[in-house]
Formats: sequence, structure tokens, C-alpha cells
Amino acid sequence: MELFEWGSNPWGQETLVRISWDLLYLAFWGGIAFILFHVVYAIVWLPKLARANGGGEAEAGGASVPARILRHTSAARFFHWVMAAAMIALLITGFFPIVGIQFPWVTIHWISGVLLTISILYHIVHATFFLDFWSIWILPADLREAWQRVRHQMGQEAGAIRKHGKYPLDHKLYHLAVTIAGLAVIGTGIVMMARIDGALWPRNPYLLSDATWGLMYVLHGFGSVLFVTLTLTHIYFAIRPEKLWITRSMIFGYVDRDRYLEHHDPQRWVVSRDSTEG
Amino acid sequence: MAVIRDMMPAFELFQPTTTDEALGLLDEYRERAWVLAGGLDSFDWLKDRVKRPAAVVDLGGVEALRAIRPAGGGLEIGAMATLREVSRSPDVRERYALLADAAEIVASPQIRNQGTLGGNLAQDTRCWYYRDGWNCYRAGGTICYADTPTAMNREHCILGASRCVAVNPSDTAPALVALDGELEIHSSGGTRVVAAEDFFVGPDVDIMRMTVLEPGDLLTAVRLPDTWAGARFYFEKSRDRQVWDFALAAVASAAKITNGTVEDIRIVVNGVAPTPLRLRASEDAVRGRQLNDEVAARAGEAAVQGVRPLNHNGFKVALLRNLVMRAVRGGEA
Repeated sequence: MELFEWGSNPWGQETLVRISWDLLYLAFWGGIAFILFHVVYAIVWLPKLARANGGGEAEAGGASVPARILRHTSAARFFHWVMAAAMIALLITGFFPIVGIQFPWVTIHWISGVLLTISILYHIVHATFFLDFWSIWILPADLREAWQRVRHQMGQEAGAIRKHGKYPLDHKLYHLAVTIAGLAVIGTGIVMMARIDGALWPRNPYLLSDATWGLMYVLHGFGSVLFVTLTLTHIYFAIRPEKLWITRSMIFGYVDRDRYLEHHDPQRWVVSRDSTEG
Repeated sequence: MAVIRDMMPAFELFQPTTTDEALGLLDEYRERAWVLAGGLDSFDWLKDRVKRPAAVVDLGGVEALRAIRPAGGGLEIGAMATLREVSRSPDVRERYALLADAAEIVASPQIRNQGTLGGNLAQDTRCWYYRDGWNCYRAGGTICYADTPTAMNREHCILGASRCVAVNPSDTAPALVALDGELEIHSSGGTRVVAAEDFFVGPDVDIMRMTVLEPGDLLTAVRLPDTWAGARFYFEKSRDRQVWDFALAAVASAAKITNGTVEDIRIVVNGVAPTPLRLRASEDAVRGRQLNDEVAARAGEAAVQGVRPLNHNGFKVALLRNLVMRAVRGGEA
């Protein structure tokens, strides 16, 4: 399997062209393999852990917690679904032609890319100034707890494990991966817009040297195939029965009090009566 | 870069005598096979060593692919019929003179004796950056060397470009589209019939090929329905020299005219876009109207709406406009 495709420029120099599309298939089947692994893990391993833990328990003293807790504001949900639509369109227009389903894809692809870019910019401003910014980022305490959880999964003494704040570590890891892949595809995608005619600019394929264009295509490719795996696994977790309450919260905005107390530490995700308001 | 060595790389040569035998070979070798018809496009690629197939399937011995015969009220022409046979065929000349005229103007007499209708339709683009082995979009790269301020792009697109600006070079293709022709394609999976207009693929859909032909496919015949048989035809090819040259722009039209009124019309151009281009706006400007200079001028103007000339092919705009006007007038004036 090759990692890169190479070509030669007019001066006979070998230059990077793009990633090898073998990586697309690797990303796809890697995602499928992870899902299958998790299905087995969920069937075989999770019940044992649940029995060992005596089942999930809701925190006592939740009387002050409202019956419905706002998890995602309407603005955050709007961003999520716009981003999801743009991402699906980008994946279809970017990869279907490569796997043999041919159609005029360029215009839909770059328009979806612009939509994704705008939605991400919106998200950055919204999350920075209107949401709890640090709640989604991996902090030192998360790493310590992650090690505790690994030891616990392996059946070793791990001490008391605190419940999560608003977002568990797997959500934070996913967000970090999406952030990195997203920055890669958006940053390079914006530069690649120079290669097509737009309403406001003429195309200029000579903006960068052959080698730099190659690097742009490689970064764009790596980010894109990573999104194949990320999207597959994201959809998988979104439809798993035990995760549906989280998925519903991305549609309707709320989680109920029992779920909140069962999965979250009220001291780390502090809610008030106001949290019932959208 | 390509180096003309006049010595082709080694390959297995197969000379089947039946269509089934040819299909079996194409199915066996798939992407590694090269279909050889007249050889006029193929030998350039092979001698330049830009294409290096493992197997060449020479269709010259498949007699069944050469027939020209009436079929279903129209005509069926085998893909291996030479351009000379097509242009001289009484059946073609009598009912589909548009195709005969187009075939008769291809390249030179020697080439028309050797070249086939199927080969002329399925030939690759003549963009020299691509043909010379540059790693452009069409060759799997990520750039079009013909679309730059200093590129030699006099012969390239003014319409319909999508990253690649190469044009379709076939003379018979616009005639076939204008006649509502169909192409019969065989493969190990069966037979399919594709409308001529859908046979050609633009770079917006697939930047690495010119037609819908896939590995394992064999273009076996061209079918002409009787829809446009005996209509008023016009074919004109504009080129730098009057023999052995590709079109800078070509127009093919078929019109049904009653008492000076255009009942229906097809106007198709080539050499200005990545595929033979049916000019529906121009057709709409003419259909149902009395033929006169004003209507022809309107059709010409409609033809050049949305043109995006490159640095050195702005002349094609006026050329296209005038060719369409002449086609509508039927060459009068």
C-alpha cells in the first residue's frame, strides 16, 4: 500500500501529487473494523463491567435539578446539523467519484466547503463567547481520569472514578480529532479555491509551486480520509441504543434529570433552574 | 515527458476475428488492454511511450464490425467501418449526408482509408500538454498546463471547461449527436445502448476520460434512427489548413424546414468544449420561426452566451458565432 502519489513537474522533478487513495479504503475499512470491535466489546465486555460496578446509579440529592436540562442550545444544534449536512455533501462529492460514481461534483463540493467554513467560524465565535469554552477541551484532569478508567477496564485497582462533566473524554477526543482534521481540510480547501473559477475571483493554478500544491493536496487528503472514519464512527455511536439520549439532545436540546444524574457530576456540570430554558 | 522513439514498448498483440473473442480478451486484461481500431490515435500514444498497455487487441480482423446496413428504419454502421467507407456509402450519403460530410473532411485521404468511425468517436483529446506526457489533471495530476497566461491554448475550450480545458477533436461526433445517433457498447456484462450525446464525458464528471467506455467495453456499432433522415444538413469545419488538421471549431446541424419555417433543428458544435456540445439555446432561437438573417444572428448570439475564452483563443468566440449563423442559414450567404 502506498501513502502518496507522486508525479513529475515540467522540469522533470518528482513532486507530491496527493495521498494514495488506498488510504481512503483503509480509512473506510478501519472505521468498519472499529465499529465491529466495539459491537463485540459492547456485547461481551460492557455487561461484565456493569455487573462489577453494580449498575449505573443516579446521584442522590437531585431534588434541586430541573426535570429537563438544556444540553445543546438551539444555536449549537443549528451549527451541528448545518456542519453535518455540509460534511456529508463534502464526503459524497469528494469520494464518490473516486470509487467510480461519476457526476459533476466540483461546484457542489466547493459550495459545501464554503458552508462548512462559515459554520465553523460561527461555531468558534459562539463557543468562545457564549458557551462554556473549556468544557469540550481535554484538560490534565481528563488524562488522569482516563488512566484511571483504563486501569478500571483492565480489572485493576483504580480508586473512585468521578463522573463526567458536560462532555466525557471520548466526546472530547472526537472533538479534538474533528478540529484537527477540520482545520486541515478547511485551511487547504480555502487555498485550493484559487484553482477554480469563482464568482469573485479568476482561477490561478500558479499561486503556489508544484511542491506546495502537492503538500496542500496531501493535507487535504489526510484530513478528508480521517473524516471518513470519524463520520462512520460518529453515526455508529449516535444510533447505539445506550447513546440515543445524547442523540435526542442534539435534536431537541434536552436531557432528562435521571440521565443527567446517572452520567454527569453535578459539581462539574453545574445546572440551575435556568437550564430548562432554550 | 514524452520522447518520440518510433519504437513502441513491448505488449502482447491479439488479433481476434470475432466480437466475442475480442470481448474475452478485453475482459481478461481490463485496464491493461488497449483497443486498436485504425491505430491513428493509438500509435501516437504507444510510440510516445505515454501509454504502456500490457495487451493490444487489434480489431482489424473482426469483419462483423465493418458492416453498414439498414436497421429499424434507420442505419447501423459497424464501429470498424472506415471513414472512407462511411463517407462513400450510398445509404449514408442518401439519408444521412451530415455524417458523410463529416467523415469526408477528417484529416487526409490516407487517414480516412485507415481510420474508423468508432476510433474517430472514441479518440482521446489532442491537447499537447496531455499528449506529451505532462502530469496534468487528465493524466492523473492536479493541474492544467494549458490554462495558464503563457500556455499555448489557441485550440482549447471556450465553453464548458472544468479545470481541464482540452476539447474533443472528433469530426464525426457532432454529426452523430445532431442525428440523435446511438452507440452500441458490448462488454462481458452485456450490451448497452447509449445516446451519442451521453457517450461523451466532460471533465466536470470525469476528468480522466472522454467517453463512457470502461475497461472491458467495446464500441461495436453506431445506430442512426430515421428521425433526421433526409433533413436539411449543414456541416462546416474551420481549421488552420485545409487538409490533415483538427477543427478549431466545427458545426453540424440538421433541420426540418417547411415553407421557410423551421419545424425542428439540431445544432451541435465541437472543438470549443470538452464534449460535442448541443446548443439548445440556439435551437430554441430558431425553432418555429421563419428563416432569415435576424433569426440566424440570434442563434449565433445564443451560441456564445457564457463563453470563457483563454488567453489565446478569443478568436473562437467570433468563429463559433459565425459558424452557427451559417449553419442556421444552411450555408446561404
